[in-house]
Amino acid sequence: MGNIFKLALRNLFRYKRRTLLTSMLITLGVVAVLLFISISGSFKSLMVGQITDSMLGHIQIHKKGYLASIDSLPLNRNLTGKQIDKVIQVLADEEAIESYSMRIKLGAMFSNFAETTNIRLNAVTPVDEMQTAPLLTERILEGEKTGLIKAGEILIPELISKGMKVKVGDGIVLVANNKDGSVNGQNFLVRGILEGISGPGGRDGMIHIDDAKSLLRIDAAEVSEVAIRLKNIDQLPAVFASLQEKLAPVKNQQGQPVFEVHTWESISPFFNIAKMIDLMTFFIKIMLVAIVLVSIMNVMIMAVYERINEIGTISAMGTLPNKILGLFVVEGFLMGVLGTVIGTVISLASIAIMNATQISFDFGRQTGLLLSPTIGAADVIVVVLIVIAIAVIASLQPAWKASKMDPITALKHV
Amino acid sequence: MSVIVAEQLIKTYVSGDIQVEAIRGVDFSIEPASFVSFIGPSGSGKSTLLNMIGCLDPPTSGKLQVAGQEVTNLNRQDAARFRGENIGFVFQDFNLIPVLTVFENVEYPLQMVQNWPKEKRKKRVQEMLEAVGMADQGYKYPSQISGGQKQRVAVARALVTNAKLVLADEPTANLDRDTANMVIDLMKKMRDEFQTTFVFSTHDQRIVDNVEITFALEDGTLHRQKNPTGGHHG
Repeated sequence: MGNIFKLALRNLFRYKRRTLLTSMLITLGVVAVLLFISISGSFKSLMVGQITDSMLGHIQIHKKGYLASIDSLPLNRNLTGKQIDKVIQVLADEEAIESYSMRIKLGAMFSNFAETTNIRLNAVTPVDEMQTAPLLTERILEGEKTGLIKAGEILIPELISKGMKVKVGDGIVLVANNKDGSVNGQNFLVRGILEGISGPGGRDGMIHIDDAKSLLRIDAAEVSEVAIRLKNIDQLPAVFASLQEKLAPVKNQQGQPVFEVHTWESISPFFNIAKMIDLMTFFIKIMLVAIVLVSIMNVMIMAVYERINEIGTISAMGTLPNKILGLFVVEGFLMGVLGTVIGTVISLASIAIMNATQISFDFGRQTGLLLSPTIGAADVIVVVLIVIAIAVIASLQPAWKASKMDPITALKHV
Repeated sequence: MSVIVAEQLIKTYVSGDIQVEAIRGVDFSIEPASFVSFIGPSGSGKSTLLNMIGCLDPPTSGKLQVAGQEVTNLNRQDAARFRGENIGFVFQDFNLIPVLTVFENVEYPLQMVQNWPKEKRKKRVQEMLEAVGMADQGYKYPSQISGGQKQRVAVARALVTNAKLVLADEPTANLDRDTANMVIDLMKKMRDEFQTTFVFSTHDQRIVDNVEITFALEDGTLHRQKNPTGGHHG
């Protein structure tokens, strides 16, 4: 086998320019794919991190049917005391869970004493919320970030702040209907301005959960959603399955399921963008396959055509057809390896340079996001294997032709 | 025992509706360590006969025995194996592999066909290069040596496996007179030294003058001629 490699390598360097050009083409394809995977992967994980860590959490648990009617923020679909206890009990058994936050979601009228508008609010327990959405405080554009929020304070969305000309330190009134329809109002001090982000809940204001209870005159334990943060997002499918398994059997008196469990993917529209990125990666890989297939096949067809006489000679000397086949397949394989190795080295170097130079970008209203492309060993290995496998496949037809060549015809070829 | 025995050997080529009988039932035998040539005008069937002897082309009918083995019905794989073990080839255009050095070209059949161990292989190649006077040129590539030197290397390559039979198709056609004579002398010397049978297909009178037996081919039929001036062997 070593002899075949030696001969194949010599033959490759016989046509240096052609080998170099083909390898460069493969290199270019490998670099394009690896850089795309690393940059899009970085963008994806950055955005997923932003969305889950500053708002949604990784998993949310609601009362069955809540999410379908979330636009009206229905208070009559909140989880009640016993149901909350059941959730807490289930969550306590999951070691992969880092924290969770109980939220009451409500709609209210927001008045600055001169004008009134409607506002959507998340009422939270600050410590739990900061553990579950650790980037939330970074969304506070103005005002005190430490401690997130206290009773009697409100974080208002940026748009309402601008539209209603309300500043940090101003007093406002919230007026809300409770689930029985009675109206209640409460004064709040504006603690901070909250940056709006795309996605569900991205333009909601925030108050302390105790304030929500008093505003809505809720006496017993009651929450609209439980947002959960995992220690590692890679554990999402396993934890989601486990929670579903444990909560699905819990039925109400009508025999209907009480809970619904959602991952961030089914809540956030960004998941579709992430899926599109995956689809684009797939198509770029297909293009790489096409580049390798066409370039290697073209070169190997030329190589066989140019060496017909030589094939006749080695065949006459008694070289077995499978060795002739091996000779040409190894040539294609080596060309694939050459292009892949150079491509991988260039890609990894480029990724290192991009990380060193700290490239920033804007996404929607979020500016200065740092691009930190990374690529996993598995992705590199998959791309390398694809290229090498396609290089071998592309060489098979010309190599097969060479091995089946009639030695007399080949020897007569000029 | 004869190294080649042919009985009623026929080769017919079919092209569409036309059948061409290139070899028309020839009988001959060639003894070991002979120096034999097949001569004849173009299209007489010389190359066809040489191809059949070399197991590159099977006969249409008849019997052909080479090196003591019936080769009439060998399949492609077995024919290749048989050639690798028993037959050496010398070509008009030398047909050295350009990416291999002189040493590696001679080494090729031992390495790629017969799988000799490295040390044994190196020793044998060195011996053969010394025998053909190319021992000091082993590191050169074919493009760096002359036509005569290339043919010497080709002879060494044909003999390196201890082939019982060397088939040479117009081996001097691309050489000048002096070089051709030198190559013919070399092949005779090799025949004497290694007791190998050399069979030529040629137009070259210098070869014909040097062989012991000449078979003249005309329209696919064979006439044997002894050459009184042909070099003796042994």
